[in-house]
Amino acid sequence: MATSSERSPPPFPDSEDQDVLDSEEVGGRESDEDDDGGGDDLLFVNPSNPPLTKMDTTLPPASQPSDVLMEPPSDLMNDPLIEPFSSLTENKPTSKIVSEPSDDFVDLTNNLADSPEDAAESVLADVAIDTTEIPLDEPSDDFVDIFGGETEAPREEVVIANVTVKAAAAADKSEVTSDVTDPPGDLKTGSDFEQEANETATDSIIDLSDDLLSSNAQKPPLASDQFVDPLVDFLSDAPPAADAKIPSRATVDLFEDEGNDLFTEPRQTKSAKQQQKSLFGEADEDLFGEPLGATTKKPVIKEPKGKPVPTKAARDVSNMGGPLQDGYTAEPADIFSEEAVTTVPSIKKTSAVNSKTNGVHSEEDTDIFAEATVELSLDSPQEERKKGVPAVPSASAPSVSAATSLAKPQSASLEELDDDEEEEEEEEEEQEDKFDISISVKDPEKIGDGMNAYMAYKVTTQTPLPMFRNKTFTVRRRFSDFLGLYEKLSEKHGPNGFIVPPPPEKSILGMTKVKVGKEDSSSADFVERRRAALERYLQRIVHHPSLLQDPDVREFLEREELPRAVGTQALSGAGFLKMINKATDAVSKMTIKMNESDVWFEEKLQEVESADQQFRKLHVLVESLVVHRKELSLNTASFAKSTAMLGSAEDNTALSRALSQLAEVEDKMEQLHQDQATNDTFNFAELIADYIRLLGSVRGSFDHRMKAWQRWQDAQAALQKKRETEAKLLWANKPDKLQLVKEEIAEWEVKVTQYERDFDRVTATVRKEVVRFDKEKARNFKREIINYLECLLQSQQQLIKYWEAFLPEAKAIA
Amino acid sequence: GEPHPGPRAVNVDLQTDATLQVDISDALSERDKVKFTVHTKSTLPNFKQNEFSVVRQHEEFIWLHDSFVENEEYAGYIIPPAPPRPDFDASREKLQKLGEGEGSMTKEEFTKMKQELEAEYLAIFKKTVAMHEVFLCRVAAHPVLRKDLNFHVFLEYNQDLSVRGKNKKEKLEDFFKNVVKSADGVLVAGVKDVDDFFEHEKTFLLEYHNRVKDASAKSDRMIRSHKNAADDINRIASSLYTLGTQDSTDLCKFFLKVSELFEKTRKIESRVAADEDLKLADLLKYYLRESQAAKDLLYRRSRALVDYENANKALDKARAKNRDVLQAETSQQLCCHKFEKISESAKQELIDFKTRRVAAFRKNLVELAELELKHAKVT
Repeated sequence: MATSSERSPPPFPDSEDQDVLDSEEVGGRESDEDDDGGGDDLLFVNPSNPPLTKMDTTLPPASQPSDVLMEPPSDLMNDPLIEPFSSLTENKPTSKIVSEPSDDFVDLTNNLADSPEDAAESVLADVAIDTTEIPLDEPSDDFVDIFGGETEAPREEVVIANVTVKAAAAADKSEVTSDVTDPPGDLKTGSDFEQEANETATDSIIDLSDDLLSSNAQKPPLASDQFVDPLVDFLSDAPPAADAKIPSRATVDLFEDEGNDLFTEPRQTKSAKQQQKSLFGEADEDLFGEPLGATTKKPVIKEPKGKPVPTKAARDVSNMGGPLQDGYTAEPADIFSEEAVTTVPSIKKTSAVNSKTNGVHSEEDTDIFAEATVELSLDSPQEERKKGVPAVPSASAPSVSAATSLAKPQSASLEELDDDEEEEEEEEEEQEDKFDISISVKDPEKIGDGMNAYMAYKVTTQTPLPMFRNKTFTVRRRFSDFLGLYEKLSEKHGPNGFIVPPPPEKSILGMTKVKVGKEDSSSADFVERRRAALERYLQRIVHHPSLLQDPDVREFLEREELPRAVGTQALSGAGFLKMINKATDAVSKMTIKMNESDVWFEEKLQEVESADQQFRKLHVLVESLVVHRKELSLNTASFAKSTAMLGSAEDNTALSRALSQLAEVEDKMEQLHQDQATNDTFNFAELIADYIRLLGSVRGSFDHRMKAWQRWQDAQAALQKKRETEAKLLWANKPDKLQLVKEEIAEWEVKVTQYERDFDRVTATVRKEVVRFDKEKARNFKREIINYLECLLQSQQQLIKYWEAFLPEAKAIA
Repeated sequence: GEPHPGPRAVNVDLQTDATLQVDISDALSERDKVKFTVHTKSTLPNFKQNEFSVVRQHEEFIWLHDSFVENEEYAGYIIPPAPPRPDFDASREKLQKLGEGEGSMTKEEFTKMKQELEAEYLAIFKKTVAMHEVFLCRVAAHPVLRKDLNFHVFLEYNQDLSVRGKNKKEKLEDFFKNVVKSADGVLVAGVKDVDDFFEHEKTFLLEYHNRVKDASAKSDRMIRSHKNAADDINRIASSLYTLGTQDSTDLCKFFLKVSELFEKTRKIESRVAADEDLKLADLLKYYLRESQAAKDLLYRRSRALVDYENANKALDKARAKNRDVLQAETSQQLCCHKFEKISESAKQELIDFKTRRVAAFRKNLVELAELELKHAKVT
């Protein structure tokens, strides 16, 4: 969705917001009603998944006939079908409507239940069926799947549905028949039929349950049908505004009256597009005017505030669902926001959860979701294009899991929210790993001579992300460019509390060696270390969802020529360390001043500091291990030589042979030790070094938080002073100056609120960043250390091999 | 820490002879000296009892060795090399440093370090004992030296032998003797040997000695760096442990696990180092000394040869001048006899030396390979 919104950003936010509001309203009512049902529905989240995937698999064939019937081609079919499922899976927790489709799949497999709820569900099921059936000539297959092995023709399914809701079934049946058999031209009759059927269906439902339920039940089908438009829009890639017209026309052509029915809802919920209304206004009113009116009005009354935070959260949630879905089902994200209508209840709940949490928390949540959407949606269009129709089924499987994971936080209680978030993030990260950008820094090359020489590296980016012009591109960057990037990023994002991954330090000694042109192992080692460190540095940046969006990052990766970075000298060697130390000092000083109200930060800071100490210690140790291992390798080599000489001096043939064999073994051991030293260095020492640097950045972000706090406090003090002045002036009765002071007070008041907000924002960001950092850290360490240990194990196995080969030689000494 | 097959790291393959068996049954480390309990089992008639033990110190071993070297009778034999002086200084120093630094480290670290040092100390101690034992065993297994009176006294006399260490003057004398000897050795070495066997042995031993010296030094260094690496791993393990105990997050548990793994690795690495030390470095060191002893033998033979040749010349001269012919003849006879005697025994000694060496190398290398495998497979 991000891509689409990038292309045409303005129209969406509005409509989305609207939708959200509407949907919330609807949801408000529904969730009120279904409070009890919500919990039960949750149970269905998982079971519903398999049927969904099954449905998906049948989609591709279905899509082809759809071409004949409808203008919007194959995708149409996929989308509507998938959509309901996915949306349903996501939204299940609360609403019947939403949960229905998923539920009824479950239910259907298990046997249809008898409760009124189920009735509604079955209606929905029918709706879902309808959508599939319209294009399908032989839909029996999907239904077989859905119903768990019951090989029944579409009609039979309908019959099953009939068990619970006869009227609805009849309606559907008619629909099915008409759709399947009639060519597009004849649709009119069919649709008329449907209209009637629908009416009867609603009636019957009303009979069975209550009005609201029925109306709700009615909605989802509409919503699902409604997907036609957005899909069309997105497929055609036209701007959203234009889209609104296109789909509507298409529907008009196809469904005529029925189209009206279908689109009334979407439009209403969308609460946008007057054109549509004008087109279909009549039909809407006829059929659904009542229920809709009820739904829309009621919620409005209930939630007149329209709190910005919750709605935002809701929107983000829905968006998140969207992009996730998109990634696999090739559906535009916006459908989801529109879908929010159907998903209302669930969204409502999440938003409620969010609103319950304190300010910091809710913001955090939304941000995280927002990020998720951004990341994932970035991937989706690419996927879409790549996979196309046939890929849909396979891709839909992961989406289900994603959907379920999404569903969790929605239903989760406040405490659980954090945990789920983590899970989510992990999944998110997994996906990141799979699809995301990969960067390599290669071919360090010395450019120039003498002290003006510098190293240039090839930075190759491979990514499917559409924000880049190509999928693979390479640029040449020199070390100071990397530092320059860091400077820019930390300047921009540091004050906001972001943890900007730091580059490796400048090393005057190491670089001088390289410059002088000594081709010894230590300078090669230095270059390789730095190259690897730069690679990890860039990878950390691009894996940071916010930093990846930074234009400077993109420029760094993409642009041929980069303006020469200046002022990177400040970062050189000791200077960098000094800077970190200074930051540390400042932080510790400020902590004393600032009576930390947030225990979390207090603890974290301590944690970071002790971790820093430990890492430093560990780093020294590992470095010394590396030194000793290298020494060992060297000594083993010379011993091997000596042994070889001893072997040649030995006059007993067998012993001489054995000794030279031993020499060979020792030679191999030398290689092993060498490799091990490299392993120590790159898998372990460098990792720790990275984290020492990163911890510096973490402290930096704490520092920035302190600064924000300081600014806020200062502003408050200033405001206090102004107020005192005001009081004095009042006392002295100097109205001329009083006016000025009053203006100043107003000014400072604004500033104070501004700074306070800034502080809150920075605090939230830092928190989030630290959580992310910790997560990354754990992941990183586990991966790297396991890697390291595997290397260790391997070398031990090598060693076994060598000595095993040697043993018979030793035994052969006579 | 590995239970090696006792301290009896025998670097020489000796035929066990029931008539005289010597071992060091116990050893006691006192401040700056080690007291070895030498245990003898013998059926030889010159001993009063069949089984007895005496307490001996390093200096007494040296005395015994020197008495062999100085005995002209044994000029034709490879005198078993004297055991090296016990050296616990480095280990003691470390222990002391540890005691001083006790306050600056955590309790776990301290206990760990202490254990390490104690293990190291024990290893050195065992090695020292083994070296002294090997010396005695070699003597006891030697067909001629085992009958030496001094040796019997050493084994049986249950009082202090009141050998004192050499004083400064004696040491200086020794030094001069050595200088003269090596200068003479160079001189004598230049003389072409009449016997191909000895000529060959001479060149071989010269080279072999150098090689073995080199290899021994290198192996020492290799093992030292191996030990250092093991120590580092040990410290990393404890550092990781501290990291792991900071709180109870997932990562910390992971750190604890890794720390355990490192601890295991450390154990294996230090065992490998210890075994290499025992099987390889000690072997090389022993043959460094043994080859020196063999070289000394060759020197003595060469010296005797030169003496013999000189005596021959002197005899020729005397005959030509017809003066002191008898005296010259006697001395020529003596030199000839001496040379022949040395040559005869030396030949056998050198052959034995080779057999011993090959057997010892075989044994140790096989053991080394097996131990390496064992350790590597533990991982």
